[in-house]
Amino acid sequence: MTDLHLVDIKKWVLEPTRKGFGRGLVKAGELNDQVVALSADLTDSIQIGPFAKAFPDRFVEVGIAEQNLATVASGMAAMGKIPFAGSYAAFNPGRNWEQIKTTIAMNDQPVKLVGAHAGLYTGPDGATHQMLEDVALMRTMPNMVVIVPGDSVEAEKATLAMVKDSRPNYIRLARDKSPIVTSEKTLFEIGKAYVFSPGRDLTIVANGVMTPIALEAADKLYHDGIEAEVVHSPTVKPLDGATILASAKKTKRVITLEEAQVMGGLGSAVTELLSEHFPVPVIRMGVKDSYGQSGTPEELMHHYGLSVKHVMMTAHQMLDKK
Amino acid sequence: MGNFTEKKLSIEKLELIANDIRQDIIKSLETAGSGHSAGPLGLADIVTALYFDILRHDPKDTKWADRDIFLLSNGHCVPVQYAAMAHAGYFPKKELATLRKFGSRLQGHPERTKLPGLENTSGPLGSGLSQAAGMALAMRMNKEDHRWVYVITGDGELNEGNIWEAAMFTAKYNLNNIVAIVDRNNIQIDGTTEHVMPLEDLRAKWEAFGWHVIEIDGNDIEAVIDSAAMGRAIVEKPVVVIAHTIPGKGVDFMEYDYHWHGMPVGIADVAGAPPKNQQAMEALKDLRTLRGKIKSEGHDD
Repeated sequence: MTDLHLVDIKKWVLEPTRKGFGRGLVKAGELNDQVVALSADLTDSIQIGPFAKAFPDRFVEVGIAEQNLATVASGMAAMGKIPFAGSYAAFNPGRNWEQIKTTIAMNDQPVKLVGAHAGLYTGPDGATHQMLEDVALMRTMPNMVVIVPGDSVEAEKATLAMVKDSRPNYIRLARDKSPIVTSEKTLFEIGKAYVFSPGRDLTIVANGVMTPIALEAADKLYHDGIEAEVVHSPTVKPLDGATILASAKKTKRVITLEEAQVMGGLGSAVTELLSEHFPVPVIRMGVKDSYGQSGTPEELMHHYGLSVKHVMMTAHQMLDKK
Repeated sequence: MGNFTEKKLSIEKLELIANDIRQDIIKSLETAGSGHSAGPLGLADIVTALYFDILRHDPKDTKWADRDIFLLSNGHCVPVQYAAMAHAGYFPKKELATLRKFGSRLQGHPERTKLPGLENTSGPLGSGLSQAAGMALAMRMNKEDHRWVYVITGDGELNEGNIWEAAMFTAKYNLNNIVAIVDRNNIQIDGTTEHVMPLEDLRAKWEAFGWHVIEIDGNDIEAVIDSAAMGRAIVEKPVVVIAHTIPGKGVDFMEYDYHWHGMPVGIADVAGAPPKNQQAMEALKDLRTLRGKIKSEGHDD
């Protein structure tokens, strides 16, 4: 695990994942002149602004028209471009799912869909903008890769990796800042999960802004005498079954942790895998068949049972049951 | 092999090809036992003009870098595209008998990844114009000024909001390397377009969205070819051709009748139509005899 070069928990600094995407997109533009970016009137908010400034001729503003966003991107990809098509996840893929399915996924065009301001970390904007169903929606779409980076540094790497991936991709980004737990040297590959913190008592599979929470909980659980193994799974699809199964076989207990609906999301993906290949007790933590609401991310994580304290309680409950 | 349409055919020859394509539409739909009749028959002249005169393309090299792009946005009309592609040599004509069958490359709605020569996957309506816009914009970025994008949309399809998003977008970027063709046949599944969701004043709508509008008789091949040439010549605005067509064109008992929108011959109970088991025969008889419906036949009189 030492080769992962994670940042020590005491040295964490905060940054939104969308910032890392914005940096990655500029780098991608520098490295590959076929990279173009499309925005639906949210250019700066979703961090396409720096790319638009650096490459004005490769930036396309479609206005508040997410169906057009996806389908124009499909057409550009058909002509050899590598389009990043971004908006808030509530609208992309929330509003244009069918267009994505038919003209991008089924049509096999390598469009890179960017769903920003996803999840409870959207905060005060409230339930309409806290997209919680995007992971489930995109995971059920054949030929779609789904990436939920764990911090801004990983979001940057994921953006660059998406350019090289020939498939349609979806990346989920958060609005509010979250701890940077990885470093420049931390590995990232689409389709891989990583053991961020080894343990033998139970496994916590997490991604997105929940990975730092899982790491913090694991750190505190260690002082309670519980060794939790944190498996960071930034790619929800294709899921790295080998890494998750290896961990489950070691610990025999699994918690999944996501900032999205557990139905259809990471929790579903992991339980589907385990129930077929290695059935063990699983507790899925995430949003459970409800919408969000206005509040700070901290308030919301507490309300929906996704704080560090909740993860610790769940781990204790799970181990008490043995 | 190079550009398939380099050598120009006479209008008379094109009309005969269009009629062969109509017969193949009837035959393939009858074999399929499901599918749409009226739209494909009405579009036969436009699609023939595209594949046999207007488009620069090579049926033997579907990835030819200099080819023009043709998108059928109203994918349910794909039997006419399949028939035209078969006649142009993209695949053997006998494959038309596999339309809508298990394992066929000729899916009920067109899928790009299944059949070489298709440029998009369509069926869900409203997305073709914006795909065309994305292609045209990318071509401009790539400095491919010699290539054109032709896209057909249905008229009922104009109910979709995505179309008007694309219309605004295309005008904003003045993508004059697109020629859009609206198949104005006045029918959709639930009835006439003006009953289901009125489109008129359709010309004024497109003009208000910043487009140059050309209106033609979409069953007149010469007019189709001329409108495409005009579409390429006009650079100030993107061009939309409102092509007035007769749904079911060429088959007496189908013409103008919206009931044939989503029905093949052989299974439909439509008032005024022949008995089911004779529908295909009667349709083919109509198409074989022409009976003065085809312009060139009139020339001979």
